[in-house]
Amino acid sequence: MSELPLAVSGLSVAYQGQTVLRRVDFELPAGSLMGVVGPNGAGKSTLLKACLNLIPTSSGEVRFFGRPYRDVRHRVAYIPQRESVDWDFPVRAVDVVAMGLYRQIGWFRPVRKRHLDQAHAALAKMGIAELAGRQIDQLSGGQQQRVFLARALVQGADLYLMDEPFAAVDASTERAIVEILRGLRAAGKTAVVIHHDLQSVRDYFDRVLLLNGRVIATGPVEETFTAENLQAAYQGRLVVLDRLSESGVAKAVGS
Amino acid sequence: MTLLASGDWLWALDGWIVVAGILCAVSAALVGNFLVLRRESLLGDAISHAVLPGLAVAFLITGSRHSLPMFVGAAVVGVLCASLTQWLRDSGKVDEGASMGVVFTTLFALGLVLIVKAADRVDLDPGCVLYGAIELTPLDTVRLGAFDIPRVVLVLSTVLVLNLVFVVGFFKELRLTTFDPGLADTLGFRSRWLHHALMVLVAVTAVASFESVGNILVVAMFIVPPATARLLTDSLGRMVWLSSGFAAAAAVLGHWAAITVPGWFGFGSTTTAGMMAVMTGCFFFLAMGLAPWRRRMGRRTSDQVADSAP
Repeated sequence: MSELPLAVSGLSVAYQGQTVLRRVDFELPAGSLMGVVGPNGAGKSTLLKACLNLIPTSSGEVRFFGRPYRDVRHRVAYIPQRESVDWDFPVRAVDVVAMGLYRQIGWFRPVRKRHLDQAHAALAKMGIAELAGRQIDQLSGGQQQRVFLARALVQGADLYLMDEPFAAVDASTERAIVEILRGLRAAGKTAVVIHHDLQSVRDYFDRVLLLNGRVIATGPVEETFTAENLQAAYQGRLVVLDRLSESGVAKAVGS
Repeated sequence: MTLLASGDWLWALDGWIVVAGILCAVSAALVGNFLVLRRESLLGDAISHAVLPGLAVAFLITGSRHSLPMFVGAAVVGVLCASLTQWLRDSGKVDEGASMGVVFTTLFALGLVLIVKAADRVDLDPGCVLYGAIELTPLDTVRLGAFDIPRVVLVLSTVLVLNLVFVVGFFKELRLTTFDPGLADTLGFRSRWLHHALMVLVAVTAVASFESVGNILVVAMFIVPPATARLLTDSLGRMVWLSSGFAAAAAVLGHWAAITVPGWFGFGSTTTAGMMAVMTGCFFFLAMGLAPWRRRMGRRTSDQVADSAP
């Protein structure tokens, strides 16, 4: 069991005296794609950041591959929300991707051509090889998201934590990201993806974590992504569910 | 200032003044790039004001104007200012601008109170702390081998080397932590440490500059040359070099203009530090005028442009 890519137990996070996450427990088997779903303010981004020690936690333990995060940084890649960085920053797409290699390159050492070649290859994998030399402020939202994904790919990690990679991207970028996720799973890698579009949860993920300040439910999509659990996670926000019941989820829920 | 009222350029005097100006302006511009890119330009302003109590305490303790205690005091207060600001902001009760405003004005006022006290004991003019006295550079020299080198020039050279080593040595790390501190932390680069190191250098640069351009005008040197360079390039490496070039040019032209321009209107020479800051402003507005034209040219060629590390 020590090789579970991610095991969280009793994780609590408080911010300015307010509890944002209360006693979160979950385990993630290798080779799974897990969607994290919940209403706004449910603490989804906070959960990822707390796992990665980016924000202080008040209690609990997080283990990656059976070890504390600092021992296995190289096996974990994080893709923050696209809006978390300044896209006016003076760098090219390929430079941003190469940042994923900085840990391998090490302190003081410069970025060399072979590193840039690796970055170019990752951009090609994301289908935007021709944009390598572009200033990042001249990329569309979807292209920026692909650059972020390429940056995570060059890290060659075994576990990917992604904060809303599908937010406000075009259809072709969404397909490209899904392709990449499936490719990762086929290669035995694991991913945790914060996701907003409830309709595509069943298509994209095999596991789901329903979150609203605490874990409402977690497990395989077929058993966990049910009307009751969604009700519990979204509480009074039935509008969302009403819309859903007209679509694929309704069938799933009804069966 | 009266020394130069004649309007004649004397190498022994003006040469050193210009050298001091260049060293000061380039040192400030180097670290200023990362303040501008972090969108923390005002932190440069805040820190250069906030170092005042550090200086005053150093004066009061040592009773002299030795450089080392001053730098230690400044570095301590610089980090204190950055940390306090961050802490206030993280507390969530005050926004970033207000927290900076609270911290640096309080520290600055405390410094002013202390400086006035210290001035009784140490030969120190509060006015010089604020506006600098770059014209006095050649008067206070240190004998180094066969040369008499102004003390200010020695101090500023040290700071320039320090800043240059920092920016060139940590170029990749600065780029990463400035663009995406979250990624930096997950990769094991401590973005907060690097940020604090940057703040220490900003504080040290502010102190080294306070004798030449003063506590207030050094802010222009931190912010305006990098902001100007940013308008003209999309490459971080080129931005660093361009900003240094603008800073140096502002020092040379600033001193020349301080001596010459008032003469055209029948006045004596004016302050070099002030004119240096005016020059950086002129460069900025010139670049503003050129930027749309460059954008049009740039769009076509940007795909072939290579990014150059310094």
